[in-house]
Amino acid sequence: MSEANEGMDVGYVAKLANIDLTTEETALFQGQLNQVLHYVEQLNELDVGGVEPTAHAFPVYNVLRKDEVGTSLNHADVVANAPAATDGEIRVPKILDQ
Amino acid sequence: MADLHKLTIYELSEKLAAGACTSVDIVNDVLASIDATDGKVGAYLTIDRASALEQAKVADALRAEGSTLPMLGIPVAIKDLLNVKGQPCTCSSKILEGYTAPYDATVIAKLREAGTVLLGRVNMDEFAMGSSTENAALGKTSNPWNLKHVPGGSSGGSAACVAADEAIAALGSDTGGSIRQPAAFCGCVGVKPTYGRVSRYGLTAFASSLDQIGPISKTVKDSALLLEVLCGHDKMDSSSIDMDVPAFGKSLTADTSLAGIKLGLPKEYFVEGMDPEVEKTVRDAVDHCKSLGAEIVDVSLPHSKYAIAVYYIIATAEASANLARFDGIRYGLRVDGKDPIELYGKTRAVGFGSEVKRRIILGTYVLSSGYYDAYYLKAQKVRTLIRNDFTAAFKQCDAILAPVTPTPAYKLGEKTDDPLKMYLDDILTTPVNLAGNCALSLPCGFSSSGLPIGLQIIGDSFAEETILKIGHAYEQTTEWHTRKPEIS
Repeated sequence: MSEANEGMDVGYVAKLANIDLTTEETALFQGQLNQVLHYVEQLNELDVGGVEPTAHAFPVYNVLRKDEVGTSLNHADVVANAPAATDGEIRVPKILDQ
Repeated sequence: MADLHKLTIYELSEKLAAGACTSVDIVNDVLASIDATDGKVGAYLTIDRASALEQAKVADALRAEGSTLPMLGIPVAIKDLLNVKGQPCTCSSKILEGYTAPYDATVIAKLREAGTVLLGRVNMDEFAMGSSTENAALGKTSNPWNLKHVPGGSSGGSAACVAADEAIAALGSDTGGSIRQPAAFCGCVGVKPTYGRVSRYGLTAFASSLDQIGPISKTVKDSALLLEVLCGHDKMDSSSIDMDVPAFGKSLTADTSLAGIKLGLPKEYFVEGMDPEVEKTVRDAVDHCKSLGAEIVDVSLPHSKYAIAVYYIIATAEASANLARFDGIRYGLRVDGKDPIELYGKTRAVGFGSEVKRRIILGTYVLSSGYYDAYYLKAQKVRTLIRNDFTAAFKQCDAILAPVTPTPAYKLGEKTDDPLKMYLDDILTTPVNLAGNCALSLPCGFSSSGLPIGLQIIGDSFAEETILKIGHAYEQTTEWHTRKPEIS
């Protein structure tokens, strides 16, 4: 965790997370999150060599079902939730050829 | 008013069966109670008056035809992160403004099948991230026992409405203590079931390896009955365990003897900085269990002090992935941009509150290239050590007794400026989520200022029957759960 001591660049990580932060938020979170990172460094006291990681309390592997067509959500109900839609399709800003 | 709103599920079911009241009477009474007190408590976000009365009429008609469904005609409140078809599901966030659920969560379908009347949606911390219900974008909730104090969180609305007799019971969700802690702060009973017991299909996910849905109620027996309704395998949730559901409600009898039961007392759970009144009250509860015949043994959970660090790495990592779906494209709020990337950034800036932003950023960081091993993988390894602690302890005892929180409910605004301080309060509840076993919280006394104090009974995985039996025996022989707040 040695790299962690440098602290995180909140502005950069917020970009990775697709959240636009104001200058005030960036400064506030920088202090608060560095404090949290400093706190979690206590895990370095522990020797976890040879310890297997736990991803789920009760690992259930390969949950399979038959490939059968079931009932889906009502199309109109789902599209009705979209902030913008035309002809039963969700509208988004143009991605290519800007 | 016949004071029906003050009764328990079992008491009301008896009256309904005897023809002493109807479900419509109960719902009318509960709605009147909401009208009288919710202006002060602020538990509800939306109340479905017309729909609740309609469901009550249906329940009464079913009963007239001879139906004996377990929850027939009993009104229950729903935490605002569970999808109920045709209703909003805001998760107390601006980013889900305008969203209407197109389907029922599995637990909602199960409540309906059991005859339950769905009353309305109650407040919570945004996306269940918080311990005081103060991180809520759409309303403020107070503790019914003292309106200047927090109800706890994140299921603060669920606990507050039950404590204030504004619902007979409620559903909550528990990722790091979000059922047990508000239940303790508000003097209710709350159960965090074993991971895999209850389907999460239709629950808005926060941290998928930790989240469980459970009941908040006025008595242990009511929670047992609700738990029985909620549990069961569901093909829509791949973490759901395919095993039989015990008859939790019927398993509780009038027998209050705890003879032959070994209860473990972990020294690590009586932490430095613990309120002396909480410590004394919980130790008195331990003595009470001893007087009922239980044997008390010392146990050790040596990695408990690392639980907060592990929890806030794993929970935020999973949250950063789960909350990526809120991007302004398919539902909820959209703030337009010249391209999708700009749209995402602006929508999430306006839609999420500060605590949610902080946790997504922390989670993104601990999963990012170069830091994954140092934070996320390391936390998962320490999670294994925390699980092993419980496995070892349950070789020595049948259940563990502990406090739920280091202090009673604190004042509104007291910890909002210091996220780490707020996180540290989860020290006694997060280990159970990390290990995946079950626990319940029930009232065991009051502070000198009149605030409730909770006792936590922690069970091994799938040992719900054991902790319910112990809780029921304690409750039958004490009167804490019968006290009601004077809301003023």
